[in-house]
Amino acid sequence: MDNLLTTENLSVDFETDQGIVHAVRNVSFHLNKGEILGIVGESGSGKSVTMYSIMGLLGDTAHIQCGKMLFDGTDINPCSYQSKKAYSAVMRDLCGSRMAMIFQDPMTFLNPTMKIGKQLCEPILNHTSMTKQQARQRALELMSLVGIPSPETRIDQYPFEFSGGMRQRIIIAIALANNPKLIIADEPTTALDVTIQAQVLDLIKDISKKLQSSVILITHDLGVVASLCDRINIMYGGKIVETGTDKEIFYSPNHPYTKGLLSCICNPEDDSRELKPIPGSPPDLLQPPKGCPFVDRCDEAMKICKLQMPETTVLSPTHLSACWLNELTKRQGE
Amino acid sequence: MTKYIVKRVLFGLVTLFALATITFYLMHAIPGTPFSGEMRQLSDVIRDKLIELYDLDKPYHIRYIKYLKNAVTGNFGTSLHRKGAEVMDIIGKGLPYTASLGAVSFCIAMFVGISLGAVAAFSKKPWINGTVAFIATVGVSVPSFLVALLMMLLFGVKLGWLPMIGLSGWKNFIMPGVALALGPIAMISRLVKSGLQEELRQDYVTLAKSKGTGEVTVVLRHALKNAILPVITYAGPLLATLVTGSFVVETMFTIPGIGAEFVNSVTNRDYTLIMALTIIYGAFIIIANIATDLISAAIDPRVRLK
Ligand SMILES: Nc1ncnc2c1ncn2[C@@H]1O[C@H](COP(=O)(O)OP(=O)(O)O)[C@@H](O)[C@H]1O
Ligand code: SF4
Ligand SMILES: [Mg+2]
Repeated sequence: MDNLLTTENLSVDFETDQGIVHAVRNVSFHLNKGEILGIVGESGSGKSVTMYSIMGLLGDTAHIQCGKMLFDGTDINPCSYQSKKAYSAVMRDLCGSRMAMIFQDPMTFLNPTMKIGKQLCEPILNHTSMTKQQARQRALELMSLVGIPSPETRIDQYPFEFSGGMRQRIIIAIALANNPKLIIADEPTTALDVTIQAQVLDLIKDISKKLQSSVILITHDLGVVASLCDRINIMYGGKIVETGTDKEIFYSPNHPYTKGLLSCICNPEDDSRELKPIPGSPPDLLQPPKGCPFVDRCDEAMKICKLQMPETTVLSPTHLSACWLNELTKRQGE
Repeated sequence: MTKYIVKRVLFGLVTLFALATITFYLMHAIPGTPFSGEMRQLSDVIRDKLIELYDLDKPYHIRYIKYLKNAVTGNFGTSLHRKGAEVMDIIGKGLPYTASLGAVSFCIAMFVGISLGAVAAFSKKPWINGTVAFIATVGVSVPSFLVALLMMLLFGVKLGWLPMIGLSGWKNFIMPGVALALGPIAMISRLVKSGLQEELRQDYVTLAKSKGTGEVTVVLRHALKNAILPVITYAGPLLATLVTGSFVVETMFTIPGIGAEFVNSVTNRDYTLIMALTIIYGAFIIIANIATDLISAAIDPRVRLK
């Protein structure tokens, strides 16, 4: 299968008043064409920051280090560019056309004082040679595509006249404007009612199939990705701790953190699948632990876990996990 | 929308009436009469004549009703202080000076304030931020008469570049205009700076960037409009204040405007002039507030609902 996106050794630090926040540490992953990749982890584990650095959306306080970042043949590694200007020019071309992002909170991601139509037309006018009239026609099509009733009247309204679910559909429509090859959906349903969540997820799935786009679906809810994703990355404390196909993650999870996540969704009747099954809190990213980030909350933690970062074990060509227990099993087997 | 404007205007008229009433009674509560000044050595005959003419011996409410009747027809009476001068003539002569100076200083304040604020919001150079912060601090903490005095000393007396008296040419506007604008510049630049920085941190700016919209366009198309709202709320009343003049600046630069008249009229117990000036001042403020709300509503659709 062809690679659409490759990221190697990505680290992101933020300068803050309290010190340097190590939000993402040495993250590597790839996305195949036509695939839906889930990224799962508690809030604060660095999921959004990883995606923002791919889209070039982080502010000046962010320091990005990256070995390789390649999207569909284009080098999008900010470290490869001499000037910020050259990098911005490349990203301006890609963002909103070949790659697009669906954001988390429909209440804050739309401009409150701009008509929906204008916000929808913006990416179209940015990347095509359409006239305003044609762009408006396309915007109406997009609104129907994402299931907004009577788009003709809705197009001239403002965001505050829309419900949360309808706003999220607008945000999805904006992302789809130019048939992107890559759709990054950052917790697209977190802010929505449970009933609407399923609709929105179905929408993303259907449309990505129709457009033959690849999707990165970020969520803090393992239950959400179960039915949707081909492969899943589990993130914790700014690192990817386990990656595998959906079957590998659900039927033979390896990392204690993944197991902890799964133990909280085993009851399908329970709608409140909040990700707080594991006691304790995530590591302080101002001073991340030298060893395994999960050590403070792990039932099976050993001495070495605190001292040294666990090495990545290859369990199958698609299944990787970073936990010292694998090393232990291997040695015992020898 | 029309209904809303009519409602606001009617409410404005009620406010104006309340203002006039309170001023009328308060004014008479101040100790002293129009004839108590040292300069007013009038003969008893003239004095009795004036008292009769203005009903100064009648109860307040009778005088007030009579005053209102006249005022509604546009007759604000003659000055009690300056013989034979119609109040409307006095104001008609002074207002153009005051209003033109006010308009000039308003434009200076808006232009310089918004530019400084925008520069400070985007600049990463510490010295630029420092300079803007310095101007803002000076603007709020140094009184306008001191600034005016220093400017007169430097540009008027020492260098002789700028005239110091009256408003006869464009050069005359510079010093009093700047003196009046400095405080507002400080305020506006801070509003713009914090507003822009605040808006640029908002999520909708991130979404706009994710569409491939360039940084400058994001600011102009998205952030600026939202950042400018607090400036408009401040600018309306500011304009009203500026076009009604300042006693200090008008006195210092010998400008025959109504700002100086206002203070003098109170000192002289010039009842008719006090009333007319108060009503004009009140009307300006009310109109400015209505205009501010209309402009805000035009910019921010959420305001329209309230
Ligand atoms: N602009 C920023 N400045 C400082 N810290 C940040 C910034 N953005 C994110 N972080 C920190 O980085 C960490 C990861 O954040 P994020 O990627 O948003 O988590 P999530 O997995 O919930 O999406 C968090 O601890 C967050 O506080
Ligand atoms: S490396 Fe150690 S602390 Fe980390 S998950 Fe594995 S056993 Fe637990
Ligand atoms: Mg997030």
